[in-house]
Amino acid sequence: MELDIRWPIGLMFTLIGALLGVFGLVKGAESVSLGININLIWGAVLFVFGVLMLLGAIKGGKTPPNA
Amino acid sequence: MQAIQLQWIDYTILIAYVAFVIGIGWALSRYMKTSADFLTSARSIPTWVTGLAFISANLGALELVGMAASGAKYGISTAHFYWVGAIPAMIFLAVFMMPFYYGSKARSVPEYLKMRFDERVRALNSLAFAVMTIFASGISMNALAKLLNQLLGWNYNVALWVSSGVVLLYVLKGGLTSAIYTEVLQFFMIVLGFAPVVYLGLKDVGGWGAMNSSLQTVAVNPAALNLKEAGITYSTKAWTSAWQPVLAGPAHNPMGVDWFAMIFGLGFVLSFGYWCTNFLVVQRAMAAKNMTAARNTPLVAAVPKMFFPFLVIVPGMIAAALCTMPSKDYRIPPPVVSQANYAKAIETVKAANIYEPAVAAKAVSEALGTKVDAGKITSLVLANAGGKLSDTEIKTGLYNSIAENDYDGVILSLVKKYCPAGLLGLALTALLASFMSGMAGNVTAFNTVFTYDIYQAYFAKGKSDAHYMWMGKVITVVGIMLSIGAAYFASMYNNCMDIIQLVFGFVNAPLFATFLLGMFWKRTTATGAFLGLFCGIGSSALFHALTIAQGNMPGIKGGYLKIVSTFPSEMAQNFWLAAFAFTACFVLTLVISLATSRTKSDADLKGLVYSLTPKIVDSNAPIYQRPAVVGIVLLIACILLNWYFW
Repeated sequence: MELDIRWPIGLMFTLIGALLGVFGLVKGAESVSLGININLIWGAVLFVFGVLMLLGAIKGGKTPPNA
Repeated sequence: MQAIQLQWIDYTILIAYVAFVIGIGWALSRYMKTSADFLTSARSIPTWVTGLAFISANLGALELVGMAASGAKYGISTAHFYWVGAIPAMIFLAVFMMPFYYGSKARSVPEYLKMRFDERVRALNSLAFAVMTIFASGISMNALAKLLNQLLGWNYNVALWVSSGVVLLYVLKGGLTSAIYTEVLQFFMIVLGFAPVVYLGLKDVGGWGAMNSSLQTVAVNPAALNLKEAGITYSTKAWTSAWQPVLAGPAHNPMGVDWFAMIFGLGFVLSFGYWCTNFLVVQRAMAAKNMTAARNTPLVAAVPKMFFPFLVIVPGMIAAALCTMPSKDYRIPPPVVSQANYAKAIETVKAANIYEPAVAAKAVSEALGTKVDAGKITSLVLANAGGKLSDTEIKTGLYNSIAENDYDGVILSLVKKYCPAGLLGLALTALLASFMSGMAGNVTAFNTVFTYDIYQAYFAKGKSDAHYMWMGKVITVVGIMLSIGAAYFASMYNNCMDIIQLVFGFVNAPLFATFLLGMFWKRTTATGAFLGLFCGIGSSALFHALTIAQGNMPGIKGGYLKIVSTFPSEMAQNFWLAAFAFTACFVLTLVISLATSRTKSDADLKGLVYSLTPKIVDSNAPIYQRPAVVGIVLLIACILLNWYFW
């Protein structure tokens, strides 16, 4: 199959991660759970995950690694 | 309990997710040229993708909700459904069974049965499977729509139709490939959506050690949380040790099971019966691009599966631990009580006579329609003496005095407790993702079996491929419509649903014996397999009619003919039923096969039976790609996990 699934996964998590992170940054007071700004932290985690997936997709070219 | 309010950020995350899954369907639609592309992915997908899809198709919403519920009810022993009830079977599928499924070029599990035996066995299996997938999908849809209705205040119908509509769109566009690709995306969504909830929950209870010590209090007096009847007590390790309470016997663990039923009934019969023969999961491996990829699919899946208990069961344990900490102001949600009943109960409290607490408790219980804690009602009535409390305060008091738990609400109650706007949207999206992955799994398995094993086999032989592709699409729509119908049926006739699920149990329990004998003993005949399976199903029904679990009334729960044996719990009854049906099917298939003559020669069975198929040589593959090697490593890892949580 021509489509590398890492593209949509990477794009989606980069987007959602950025959204969540920025929301955490701008609305800090509303993002706190148990004393930590969880939106900011988890947004960053999702963003990094998304970027890693995208890097994998770019590096892997069209075909994902196979076994 | 107030409905959760969502903000724009939550909706944005939800919409972004929906847009991406539909987008994947659209992107794949141009590759859907033949019925094989649409229904079987034409064997083109890499291992890591089929592996994650394999696990994601199994991870429906019911599993997420149900495992958290069991985590609260039974503690870490629930992990046996993973470490005993899944991993060994997945490894067996990869190493021993996949070569026959993939190598035979069958397009489905029923088709393999036709090649190995005959049309009768295929017809029995494909019809049972088709009906089962529809009801399984419907039951899960009903549960989710109800949950969304109760907790978010979403309209039941809208929740049902919109989420089914999304699944329909991407499956119709991109077929099985689209279902598999979105399942991978959903896998990451589920893991990344729920991980922060587990993290926050553990942080709140004070970490793993603090959670375990709170659970010791739970184990000694589970009645305090309404987990068990008053007076039942277990050793302090009952919630936190996976094996010791089980080995100590059914009276010493909250599941009420013994080690034999656990290992043979769950670990062998039920687990191998599901993971090795259920087309829903096997189909993912059959879509892999080559034999090695197909065999490695369940092994890739086994890695996350092994660690899922930390994602899905630990939240339930956190919930039970939180209940023991008064400062956390948490309880496992009670069954949903209507506003009208609350209003009635509030009036009852106001009118209650403080000198007759027993009467007050009974009246309140009747008004609410649930069991209540008489002591808490007495204090509520006393606190309100002279009308001191507001209606809201009385309502909170009533909520806390309900002495029943709705365990299915556990996971969402934690999401609600810990997630601020934003993270809340992510967690709910993860829940929806699990629902969609489960439903797409059912629908794609249903359309393949229906098109190839029922329609093509019995109604329209020898039509053009374009015709079957068209039919596959029609059946996709029909499958989703039937699932929606099954969901409404489930919402109206809860009892009928129990009966249907019971019947599925009967059908599934003996199935693995047929496969085991068929794949590994060339002497097994078609008549032996067919009659063995048929009688195996009958024997499970008979077993059920003659046994019962403690505390149940004879009837739908069993024992309606005569009570020959009583089990300490329903779970034990189920495990023993499976063990019994398997043995019956195994022995009968064996005896009837010996008494009947073979209709297929050795040459016919090449590639279908172990002893007649050339062994696959893995020695030229890199060591990490050899299924036997990887399987052993995974098995050792699984044993280590069992040992650690001993």
